[in-house]
Amino acid sequence: MENITLDVNGERHFLTVDIRMSLLDALRDSLGLTGAKAGCERGHCGCCTVLVDGRRVYSCLTLAVAVAGAGARVVTVEGLSRAGPHRLQKAFIARDAFQCGFCTPGQLCSAVAMLDEASRERPSSASGPSSEGPALTETEVRERMSGNLCRCGAYQNIVAAIMDVAP
Amino acid sequence: MTQAVVREAGSGALGAAVPRREAPDKVTGRARYTGDVALPGLAYVAVVPAAIAHGRVTAVRPERALAHAGVLAVIHGGACPRLHQTSDADLAVFQSSSVTYLGQFVAAVVAESPQIAREAARMVEVDYAVAPHRVELDTAAADLHRSPDRGPHFPTDCSHGDVEAALSHAPVRVDATYTTPPYHHHALEPHGTVAYWQAGGLTVHETTQGPSGTRDILARLFGISPDRVRVIARHVGGGFGSKAAPKAQLALAAVAAQVAGRPVKTVLTREQLSVVAGYRTPTIQRVRLGAEADGRLSAVSHVAYEQTSMTSDHAEYAAAPTRTMYAAPHRETRHWRERLHVPSPTWMRAPGECPGMFALESAMDELAHACGIDPVELRLRNDTANDPHSGLPFSSRNLAACLRTGAERFGWAERESPPAQLAGGRGFVGMGVAASTIPQYRFPSRANAQVDGRGRVTVRIAAVDIGTGARTALAQIAADTLGVGLDLVAVEVGDSALPSASWAGRSSGTTSWGTAVVRACEALRAEMARRGGALPSGGLEAASDTLDELAAPRTHSQHAFGAQFAEVAVDTVTREVRVSRLLGVFAIGRVINPVTVRSQLIGGMTMGVSMALCEEGVLDPRYGHFHTRDLAAYRVATFADVPEVEACWVDEEDVDTSPMGAKGVGEIGIVGTAAAVANAVHHATGWRVRDLPINARHLVEAEAAAGREAAEGDRAAAGEPG
Repeated sequence: MENITLDVNGERHFLTVDIRMSLLDALRDSLGLTGAKAGCERGHCGCCTVLVDGRRVYSCLTLAVAVAGAGARVVTVEGLSRAGPHRLQKAFIARDAFQCGFCTPGQLCSAVAMLDEASRERPSSASGPSSEGPALTETEVRERMSGNLCRCGAYQNIVAAIMDVAP
Repeated sequence: MTQAVVREAGSGALGAAVPRREAPDKVTGRARYTGDVALPGLAYVAVVPAAIAHGRVTAVRPERALAHAGVLAVIHGGACPRLHQTSDADLAVFQSSSVTYLGQFVAAVVAESPQIAREAARMVEVDYAVAPHRVELDTAAADLHRSPDRGPHFPTDCSHGDVEAALSHAPVRVDATYTTPPYHHHALEPHGTVAYWQAGGLTVHETTQGPSGTRDILARLFGISPDRVRVIARHVGGGFGSKAAPKAQLALAAVAAQVAGRPVKTVLTREQLSVVAGYRTPTIQRVRLGAEADGRLSAVSHVAYEQTSMTSDHAEYAAAPTRTMYAAPHRETRHWRERLHVPSPTWMRAPGECPGMFALESAMDELAHACGIDPVELRLRNDTANDPHSGLPFSSRNLAACLRTGAERFGWAERESPPAQLAGGRGFVGMGVAASTIPQYRFPSRANAQVDGRGRVTVRIAAVDIGTGARTALAQIAADTLGVGLDLVAVEVGDSALPSASWAGRSSGTTSWGTAVVRACEALRAEMARRGGALPSGGLEAASDTLDELAAPRTHSQHAFGAQFAEVAVDTVTREVRVSRLLGVFAIGRVINPVTVRSQLIGGMTMGVSMALCEEGVLDPRYGHFHTRDLAAYRVATFADVPEVEACWVDEEDVDTSPMGAKGVGEIGIVGTAAAVANAVHHATGWRVRDLPINARHLVEAEAAAGREAAEGDRAAAGEPG
């Protein structure tokens, strides 16, 4: 067992965790933040996506002790709306960008980081290794969001919601 | 046929494009699913799966696991409470030493944390007596048997006229065999249960498509009265049929809570879901069509081969949709089944229609090609006003309108022959079409409608919202029946303590529950009218039960229909197929909520693209397990695989199918998609892919077959022996 400090959604939490505990289990079981979901627990589905220092990670493949040791700041879906509903959350509702809602917290966190990555002109395999900043087309969004599965098949509506808030 | 109805009440709520009611909870993480439930003293359960496909457990040695710190109990055949009812072997965990599929639960560990439970599960030692197993579906197997009849109106085999004679005399014939692999539902929420016992009563939070039915099954399993059992499912993360019948983790959690004397949580791993959560049987289907030169069908034969397990009586009935699709004087549909040492298959979105219409609608495309007739026109020529199977008139059948509307919107007239080439000459673009159909079922349900002294309405029904928007649709139905504003209506679902209701499955949820809600609200309205419109300060309530109403024999054949149009680009160098456009036009009765209905339809079509191009369960004949047990090996479509998908509907209202005029829409989107894609691939390349998925391997095989057929044609033309 290990004593750690986790910075989540702007609050510091002191925890004693099994060193094998994933960041996902620490969030869900120790902190009661059940927004991030366990869909596959091996980084295939994206339901557990959260932000660590602004970058999207699969929290099921991330150890809680590693995040704490790095002093990283974690933001979950619960943290997106601390200052009122996030514009992506509003767009998701307006576009009916989910059905069962199980993948939605991960989709939202992934989309937040994806928009940030695109604004920093990070290339994708859709745009290729271009030195010019790629325009955020629907094709770009589809490529960049492909690490998050939605079995209800809300992809059309998620892309529309993201395009609504994209610059 | 379709009738107009005059609505006395009506508030504009029915048909309104309103967002789903739980949307704010789902985008903020506040929506609580079964796995999110936390209780004081919660213990965790991990499963020990069988390592053999057939045989029996001879010994379980739990000592090492029990000695591990934090382990509370090890449950197995030698240490498990006896269940009251064991007739469903898949639910009767640890009641028998028999093993009939690899991965069957043979023991389980209850521990203080999920990490400890999983670690200790690997320490449980199990000895087996191994027996030979068979896991491969074989159409020549000696033990093939007819699938069971499903009631007097649904025999497993149907035959009209003289199919063989009609086929032998038909000027144009198609005879082809199509295969579909096993499909896994893989709803993203894993099956899970939180269970606890209190004063001899059992409460479970459960990933279920039917709280009332699950309550009754638990009562029988444990030999207690149903009113001692409560099943709660506030939010369910998708089901697609896999959460309709309860799965083994439910029984395991209830037993584990009994043994541990504490609340327990059992959530299956993604790998275990491939085994325990059910799957769609693989199918082998032979379709023979005989037609006149103008494309009119004279004979249709559809024979399907399917598998089931040693413990389940499930059957898919893939040939069943062929009974109602097209008129032909000579018809037969037959189902053969083989029992294997495999996990139990179960219902999956559009059971029967989904694989069956891949075969029939591919064969119809082959017939169109053989006759030299446009595939849309061929389907129009074989349309029928009466159900060929029952002889009853359809309550509404607007297949022709779907085909015509879709052809116009999709730009079908621009379908080029030969097909357009891709840039750089790397391949071709093709267009394909297929029809969709789903039978309409309604099951008895009860509902309660209550109005308080201030006019606020609460509707209660043990329905469940698995992502369909049921809360929202039922509120719209209640507001419309009562003639009140939608904001005055609250809906409570997801709890077996509410009035008993049928399940969310077989596209029956909204029509079954909606009928009960309409009747409860009508009774409430009548009671308010009787009192001259004055509301007592304590409010009023009324209840309904649709058991008698739904027992009346049907006077019409009730089905939804549709037409799907696909455009594909086939790279003839890499054999990569991309679907670039997909349009579905559906005849689904009155649309209660265009927002959520469109989402259901395009969601089904998206799963159809996934079926066409990605999904393939692969069983290992040596060990009897699925190779494809996770979402890396079992590929489901993601964003980049799914292009522009659009769905719309034709004007239709069907009051035979429900008092709202609506039909069920959960399944029809997946029916026909794969055939439309495969038919588009044929248009693009001339390669006929009859084995799903349409991947590089199957394209190479189809290309080789096309080459052989062309060579045979040349030889025949030159008068050479074959």
